[in-house]
Amino acid sequence: MDSKKLIELLETMLRIRHFEEEVGDLAARRKILGSVHLYIGEEAVAAGVCANLRQNDFITSTHRGHGHCIAKGGEFRFMMAELFGKTTGYCQGKGGSQHIANFDLGILGANGIVGGGMPIASGAGLSIKMRDTNQVAVCFFGDGCCNNGVFHESLNLASVWNLPVVYVCENNQYALSVPVKQSSLIQDYYLRKDAYGIRGCKVDGNDVIAVYEASKEAVERARKGEGPSLIECKTYRWRGHYEGEFDRHYTYRTKKEIEEWIEKCPIAQFKGYLIENNIITQEKIDQLEKEIQRELLEAVAFAEDSPAPKPEDALAGLFENE
Amino acid sequence: MREISYADAVVEAIEEEMDKNEEVFVIGEDIGRYGGAYFANPKLWNKFGDERVRDTPISESAIVGFALGAAITGMRPVAEIMFCDIMTVAMDQIVNQVAKMRYMFGGNVKVPLVIRTPIGGFHNSAAQHSQSLESWFAHVPGLKVVMPSSPYAAKGLLKTAIRSNNPVIFFEHIQLYRQKGPVPEEEYYIPFGEANILREGKDLTVVASAVMVHRVMNVANKLEKKGIQIEVIDPQTLCPFDKETILSSVKKTGRLLVVHQACKTCGFGAEIAAIVAEEGFDYLIDSIQRLGAYDIPVPFASNLEDYTIPNEQRIFSAITEFLGK
Repeated sequence: MDSKKLIELLETMLRIRHFEEEVGDLAARRKILGSVHLYIGEEAVAAGVCANLRQNDFITSTHRGHGHCIAKGGEFRFMMAELFGKTTGYCQGKGGSQHIANFDLGILGANGIVGGGMPIASGAGLSIKMRDTNQVAVCFFGDGCCNNGVFHESLNLASVWNLPVVYVCENNQYALSVPVKQSSLIQDYYLRKDAYGIRGCKVDGNDVIAVYEASKEAVERARKGEGPSLIECKTYRWRGHYEGEFDRHYTYRTKKEIEEWIEKCPIAQFKGYLIENNIITQEKIDQLEKEIQRELLEAVAFAEDSPAPKPEDALAGLFENE
Repeated sequence: MREISYADAVVEAIEEEMDKNEEVFVIGEDIGRYGGAYFANPKLWNKFGDERVRDTPISESAIVGFALGAAITGMRPVAEIMFCDIMTVAMDQIVNQVAKMRYMFGGNVKVPLVIRTPIGGFHNSAAQHSQSLESWFAHVPGLKVVMPSSPYAAKGLLKTAIRSNNPVIFFEHIQLYRQKGPVPEEEYYIPFGEANILREGKDLTVVASAVMVHRVMNVANKLEKKGIQIEVIDPQTLCPFDKETILSSVKKTGRLLVVHQACKTCGFGAEIAAIVAEEGFDYLIDSIQRLGAYDIPVPFASNLEDYTIPNEQRIFSAITEFLGK
């Protein structure tokens, strides 16, 4: 992989990390209301996968979706405005954190229902195949989705129809509080690929290059008409299930476990790798982060300064006029 | 005018729209070479093949969700769920995804998706194949709800549904599939939100949908011999709902009875009654009456089923008792 691409991967991860830290802070200060589910610790997955996608490729995302949106090209200011419930947000304040979508960027929406996006991404794959457009659809979902009926319905039918869909399981090891080992006898969900006769693999979800390489292969296969794949990325969520969970996450996991995973930070690891291989300097990284931070502050100001919707705007947009 | 069956009218509507627009395709169970669970009409599959007439495994969430994913990315799917009772299996996709997507995403997406599903009943199909669940869907903002009672309406409304950029739940009725009626050769569309006055009368307004329209019309003939003239209105679409036609009828008759196959409690009749009570109270010279199925699952045995869902005798008695005649 060339240096430019490697630095882009780092930049995407940093963009996600900074955005999420800012959102966490804003949520704590009650500047952002409602549930926000942060992606901190899992950045390598969205960054590694989306680096293989074109603007007109599709993704579906989850309740923990900010990272996917950023990696697919979502702009800070429109995302932030949405989180603030402003008219300038991606959904004009109608969606909020769990429903950000932008069809121009191929983002078919985050989803508040676990598994909700699986058949939708698959249907986008069907549409690609029927329209013969050489696009790819990527479906992001968590380990919590793997035991929901739509997982089976979607992978099964997508494999029967040989659809250009890449199913990316972000196994952060807990479905809210219930660990994978309590949810399935088989700990590696990617093994289910064999049940559908499709390709698939397991990767270290904190290793952005590994995620990039695995999804590159899957995206290329999909684009060539060679059908769907199932990639499982083992990773970990640093924060609570949602901001506001506070220390309740110690009811289902230990401080030690969280600290061990923070040690395996995907961004720190990748920074170290890039510096060690003389691909980027610490100074350059600092500069990059400073720029991201500046853009973020602008986005927050944009969101704060943007007009709130009028109450009666609530009534608009249910149906297209006909 | 030629007469064709309700089932053939449905197939013809889909065929015409598929001919016109390559984005239109059908997806569902047993709709291919088998020709549909009730239709025995493989015309669409014969003409358009596997690619555009997509038989699926028994995966209702996938049928609806795949159709939705296709609809928002450039296709115009017509999905079929074999019974409306089975819509329950796909409820997340219908209620949380299909219905909400456009609004939730700030109005920035079109959802040109039709979900066709038949209502059963009256043929010993028992509790899980005889429900009429239209009020569930009318209760969810973001869905158009259509319920044709004739071949003419089925064709014209389905063509409108397929042309629509909004999601439509299209309820057909298994008991009506074989019924024939006049359908012009020329193309036509029936707009949503226009009730159909099937019979004019001065004594009572009766609102009914789907099969109940036919039962009420038969009863109307018998009542006429007794000197009672009822006005029969089929709303045709529950969302949008043409309340003006019903209000102006009640203004004329002063009385309202709603008849539906669905069980009475929280049936769509409750909504119609509430609308008339709110907006037409001054027109009323009597209380509003509702006649629906008893609030029990539909039983199997013929006489039990016949007792449960309003039959002509019950409709007749309800009206004569209501009018005190």
